[in-house]
Amino acid sequence: MQQDSTKIPFWRDIRVLKVLFQVIFIIGIILLALFFYMNMLNGLERQGIELSLDFLMSEAGFELSEGIDFDSSDTNLKAFWVGVVNTLRVSIIGIFCATIVGFLFGIARLSSNWLISKTAAVYVEIFRNTPLVLQILFWYPLILTLPKVRESINFFDSIFINRRGVYLPSAVPADGFNTWRWYLLSGIIIAIIVVLGLAAYRYFFQDRELHETDRPSFVSNIILGAKWVAAPIFLTAAIVGWFLTPEVSFVLSKPELQGFNFVGGINFSPEFTAMLIGLTVYTSAFIAEVVRAGIQSVVKGQREAARSVGLKESQVLRLVVIPQAIPVIVPPLTSQYLNLAKNSSLGTFIAYTDLYAIAEIINGKTDQSVPIFAIIMASYLILSLTTSAFMNWYNRRITRFGSSS
Amino acid sequence: MRKFLFRVSALVLAISLVTPLLADNHESVLDKVKNRGKLVCGVHGGLPGFGYLGEDGKWSGFDADFGRAIAAAVLGDPDKVEFVPLNAAERFTALQTGEIDVLIRNTTWTLTRDADLNTDFAPPTFYDGQGFMVPKSLNIKSIKELAGATIGVTGGSTTELNLADTMRSLGIDFKPLTYSDIDTLYNGYDAGRVDAVTSDKSQLVARRKNLKNPDDHVILDVTISKEPLGPLTIHGDNKWNDAVSWVVYATFFAEEHKITQENVKSFETENPEIKRFLGESGEMGKILGLPKDWAKQVIIAVGNYGEIFERNLTPIGLPRGINKPWTEGGLLYSMPFR
Amino acid sequence: MEDNTLTQEVKPPDTSKGPVRWLRDNLFSTWYNTILTCLGLVLLFFFFRVFFIWVFTQANWAVIPAYLRTLMIGPYPIEQVWRIGIVFCTLLTLLGLSAGIWRDRVLQIAIAIAGVGLFLLLIPLDVVKEGEDTSATLEFNLNIFYLIFFKRKWLLGGLVLLAVTFLIGRDKNTFKRWIIIGWVLSFPWTMIILHGFGKNAVSTTDWGGLLLTLILAAVGIVACFPLGVLLALGRRSQLPAIKWVSTVYIETIRGVPLITILFMGSILLPIFMPGDFQLDKVIRAMVALTLFSSSYMAENIRGGLQAVPSGQVEAAQAVGLTYPKTMHFIVLPQAIRAVIPAIVGQSIALFKDTSLVSVVGLLDLLGVGRTILGSSKWSGNYAEVWFFIAIIYFVFSFSMSIVSQKIEADLGVGKH
Repeated sequence: MQQDSTKIPFWRDIRVLKVLFQVIFIIGIILLALFFYMNMLNGLERQGIELSLDFLMSEAGFELSEGIDFDSSDTNLKAFWVGVVNTLRVSIIGIFCATIVGFLFGIARLSSNWLISKTAAVYVEIFRNTPLVLQILFWYPLILTLPKVRESINFFDSIFINRRGVYLPSAVPADGFNTWRWYLLSGIIIAIIVVLGLAAYRYFFQDRELHETDRPSFVSNIILGAKWVAAPIFLTAAIVGWFLTPEVSFVLSKPELQGFNFVGGINFSPEFTAMLIGLTVYTSAFIAEVVRAGIQSVVKGQREAARSVGLKESQVLRLVVIPQAIPVIVPPLTSQYLNLAKNSSLGTFIAYTDLYAIAEIINGKTDQSVPIFAIIMASYLILSLTTSAFMNWYNRRITRFGSSS
Repeated sequence: MRKFLFRVSALVLAISLVTPLLADNHESVLDKVKNRGKLVCGVHGGLPGFGYLGEDGKWSGFDADFGRAIAAAVLGDPDKVEFVPLNAAERFTALQTGEIDVLIRNTTWTLTRDADLNTDFAPPTFYDGQGFMVPKSLNIKSIKELAGATIGVTGGSTTELNLADTMRSLGIDFKPLTYSDIDTLYNGYDAGRVDAVTSDKSQLVARRKNLKNPDDHVILDVTISKEPLGPLTIHGDNKWNDAVSWVVYATFFAEEHKITQENVKSFETENPEIKRFLGESGEMGKILGLPKDWAKQVIIAVGNYGEIFERNLTPIGLPRGINKPWTEGGLLYSMPFR
Repeated sequence: MEDNTLTQEVKPPDTSKGPVRWLRDNLFSTWYNTILTCLGLVLLFFFFRVFFIWVFTQANWAVIPAYLRTLMIGPYPIEQVWRIGIVFCTLLTLLGLSAGIWRDRVLQIAIAIAGVGLFLLLIPLDVVKEGEDTSATLEFNLNIFYLIFFKRKWLLGGLVLLAVTFLIGRDKNTFKRWIIIGWVLSFPWTMIILHGFGKNAVSTTDWGGLLLTLILAAVGIVACFPLGVLLALGRRSQLPAIKWVSTVYIETIRGVPLITILFMGSILLPIFMPGDFQLDKVIRAMVALTLFSSSYMAENIRGGLQAVPSGQVEAAQAVGLTYPKTMHFIVLPQAIRAVIPAIVGQSIALFKDTSLVSVVGLLDLLGVGRTILGSSKWSGNYAEVWFFIAIIYFVFSFSMSIVSQKIEADLGVGKH
């Protein structure tokens, strides 16, 4: 056998061919990339553009009102950072809201009440089958029909809603904050030490007696500890620190009308609100379907069996249906979360200065489109990969628990 | 293996041969347009009066008419033009890569764009300036009173940079809201999302007409920048830039000498310069690489500058202002046809 | 729905039927269901009140007929509209013949399309001109004949053609092969006819409105197919280099928003092309959509490939088929059959996503909508325009999703 294969000429040897084929393939890809690269150099030269990253450090020259503090004398790099923060802000809050609304409508679709289930079905079909851009372009002007600044909807003189946004009171760090945060920090350090110690003790001494397959992992010990030990320690530190600090740590900042606009408190701009509503409504329609499919995947017999052993309806849902539905729900839910984060790039349609909108603004004044494109691609990739890594970790965790129960 | 080597070497050869070959292509856009039998002109997608899609699905406006004028001069037919709507971000790329032959899209002549961007400007067709529009009810007279206001602006243009510069030099604090397209901007302004909106005054005037109650808004009597708007051609193509420039001059010249769309065909004159203009004598067309009666065709197609202005910009309420012939105290000054 | 009822009361079987019984079962079965029903009714009442008041008294629908043609075809030159008519008739002929030959689902689809066509033929959309008194019913009745036989002759002709070709195609099973070839060729045919040659050629920059939206979606799905199959096979390949490159491509594209890919197509692609080689902006958007869509297609097909039992491959290898032959004859047919619903789902998503091309200045349905808002007359009528466009998107997406569900049921996919 061994001798036969040595007699085969190398160009007919499958192992050699495999390697050769891959080499050709890689060379082809490299050549293609080289081709584009040379074209690009040529094209940029003809346009009189010099490829450089200097623009990142140069003065932005424009102003932004959404998100963290930014001034026209700040750098373009900071403008990108503002965009990243805005993208994250609307994505995270959007994911949170869309999950709640989506679960509500998913469960409503399975309601025994005809009116409720049909309404939920109509909601899902309408928002799932129209483009998100259109929905956002519809919500935004609708929000702008709210009362004018001077005629704001007013709740207890502290919450104001008008066409410039939603204004909420906020807590602003005051004199005592500097002292108080040392208590917080020490609380965190103590909590970490205690939890690590307890986990190590359990892992190395107590759990040894258990059989290998039943032995909880070190990480799950830490999670358990974080819940039952660290949180109470941290809270105690925070409360004790609060009373021991002589000055006030926080003052309440209420929105107040000054000149054209309200000042103080937290402000959700109409652009943010429209994006949030759009992303929430659109994604929740998809999540509702995911949830419905998940619950329906739990076979009827499970529910009947649970009832027959005397569980109440709420217990049937909580103890039998949901634990089995969650592993089915999580993977498609992950891809919906990713879609939501990616869809937040539609902010450019309504002046929500997310990452993409900022990139567009900078591109308009610097002409460094190649590095700008690379930056937005990389940022979105990092965002997506982090989200999916987190959700994969979560999925592994629950499926492990699901299978052991 | 041999096949593989052959392919690789062929590819390398192809790349090394083709790239310089194509890059060294020096055919003038003028010849390209003639060979193609069609002019490709970049315009604004939705700016009433200047470049917009009419109800009949045809591109209309002041800028579009200049595109038609160039087509009439080069090809003798104002309809042999294809309009490409472009946004602020992609307009220069489109010109530089040759996707469009000429860009007539409210583009301000600035030093960097002229010298650094590999583009050449033809004479401005419209002298504009950046201003502010505010609701009358706010009772604002000067920029200083805009302190603390939210100001709407479109991104990717000189407008937002001018705004930031001006406000910083005056030490005024304000909140900008940067829209990527002007429709959302003005709808937002109309709905009271922003206190003021800043843009070229021509745009403010054009857009004020669209607001729910145009009379409730005023355009402040301040101008924070010079905005000479004109056609652009690719850098270094002098032949083409000359042709475009002289089409613009032809419209100025015709207005100076009262040559109109109506009377151009039967214009009787003994003035030798007008005779040269109409192609009745001289070699003007040949020198430019255009047909003999190119200027006449321009006027037949779109009329003189005044007529183009009246057809497109007067209806939206724009006054002539400084966009008048120099003989009437304006800035339009045609170079001599000699 | 019955098997999903979360609550069931044990009661003696009641066989009586009727509305009262239905109401009790479905709306007022328990005390909390009664509360939910009442609450829901109140909310729905207020919602519909606002909605109907807006639709019938506040909205100014004249903007739709004024721009109807531009919304449908954009700046496509009016004297070349016959090209669209030809494409329209070609597709209907193919559909009619297929409906006659295959019956079943195809026939149902054809009937549904005919129904929509008939509806469009009869609604008096462009009768109401701005400022005209809608109560002039006599004139309206006269107008409708004019409309059907003159203004909408293409629609009428199309419906007749559909019926005739159905009758011709009935039970002619020998045509099957030709019809399939016809469908495959219909795609390039459509492109060629719409573009035309020589003096009267309609440049792609003049394509717009619903026409452009549909073409972009069709190109996105059809053109991405070969690339998607290759990427899917590449990702499952045992050769690390190929697997690695395919995986990186798929995950990169899937990790970024479509809008950035369109940005690349619109601004970077011209830079990456050699010298004078130009693609106009519609073609560049098509390239961007294809690159984007192919990675999703690859993942769908990979799902299908995984569903093919490994025994199939082994059996194919055992009878001596090479890798390309195994894939072509054994694996891909099974895999693609299994993922048809997923591909339809992707088509719906892509169809909706084409609305983003307006951000790079293309005049698709949404782009035309945005230009309408830029016109001096109609800038305040955004809600009417968005509503109309939303209905068009909804009709297409929703009907595709119904088709997808039916196919899913036919194939028995998803049932275990």
